[in-house]
Amino acid sequence: MQPHLRTLLVVISEAVLEKRLADDARQFGAQGYTICDVRGAGMHRQRDAEWEGSRSIRMEVICSAEVADRLSRHILDRYCENYSISMYLAEVGVLRPEKF
Amino acid sequence: MDPLVLFFVLGVVARLARSDLKLPEALYETLSIYLLLAIGLKGGVELAKHSFASLSGQALAAVLMGVVLPFIAYPILRGIGRLQRADAASIAGHYGSVSVVTFAVGISFLTKREVAYEPYMPLFVALLEVPGIAVGILLARLFSTSAESHVSIRWGTLAHEILLGKSMVLLMGGLAIGWIAGPSGIDPMKGLFFDLFKGVLALFLLEMGLVAAGRLGDFRNHGRFLVPFAIAMPLAFGSIGLGVGKLTGLGLGGATLLATLAASASYIAAPAAMRIAIPEANPTLSIGCALGITFPFNVTLGIPCYHLMAQWLYGA
Repeated sequence: MQPHLRTLLVVISEAVLEKRLADDARQFGAQGYTICDVRGAGMHRQRDAEWEGSRSIRMEVICSAEVADRLSRHILDRYCENYSISMYLAEVGVLRPEKF
Repeated sequence: MDPLVLFFVLGVVARLARSDLKLPEALYETLSIYLLLAIGLKGGVELAKHSFASLSGQALAAVLMGVVLPFIAYPILRGIGRLQRADAASIAGHYGSVSVVTFAVGISFLTKREVAYEPYMPLFVALLEVPGIAVGILLARLFSTSAESHVSIRWGTLAHEILLGKSMVLLMGGLAIGWIAGPSGIDPMKGLFFDLFKGVLALFLLEMGLVAAGRLGDFRNHGRFLVPFAIAMPLAFGSIGLGVGKLTGLGLGGATLLATLAASASYIAAPAAMRIAIPEANPTLSIGCALGITFPFNVTLGIPCYHLMAQWLYGA
């Protein structure tokens, strides 16, 4: 079976943004997303998930390149100045393209 | 010394000594749900014995106090601390709101010394949680230049998040359930919600010790001002709380608890709300103050101090 190319957008952010990021993903045309709790460290010191304020999430969105582009630009403009956010894009192969 | 404080100290020591001790996240979540519900239920059961009309004066005074406190903190943070507008407003909001766990330690302190207090005091915890946060956000917006506030606040969404946040739902829900069910209804649950309370609080304080000690390194640039601030502010606000308690007719125990509430700084509801409403504020400053300094100060020295001040004020 030949895989179809889509873009995987991964956003690692403060958990407090979860609802907003999920709403944004939908609004910008993503058909779905996956979110999980994570912990780690970066420019904004260690985020060890010990309590509410230091929790982080990772949101994965598989979508078309255009949607990924618009969504990631929006996240850059809207949140990156004030929140701890890491973001990366990758090309992935999917077997059911209508889902993404 | 109260064993609760010792549990807290154990957490602090373990963290500073870089122990690998860590309470599972799900347990932290469970314990905080339990504490909020238990405090709410206990207050609700007692509320059933009073009419709302008889409490409205005290309740109104408590809310007014919650509104006024950030207005006192803000100019100090701006003027003496030379903090940015957003940081000052955010910290003022944290100190205007309250910490439920500090309140729980206050209750345990009074119970151990057999000091009576108005049992409906948990109602004031719920009432005092929101005004401080709202004023903090307003302060940030009122004094902001248009360029700084280019992201407009969605007040409806924000109100939804604060009023339906975990702590408000559980506290108000517990109050409502206790109030509706009354003492006889809650009696079968006494074993879980009331008898185990202190043990659960001890476990939670162990976790808080770990978390608070982790925040101690948060002040690199403003420590010289913020550390004294985070100790002086609870003492000043505690005195205001005592005064309000005395003026509104609370007894010695009730006034000590109101002082404890006024002196405490929120570290659950406020950080989440401020992060969304004032994103430009640096959360390490406000959380470092509230959780790294004020919370440990209140549970170890602050509460005994407010009790002493209350004894002096009431001539006991």
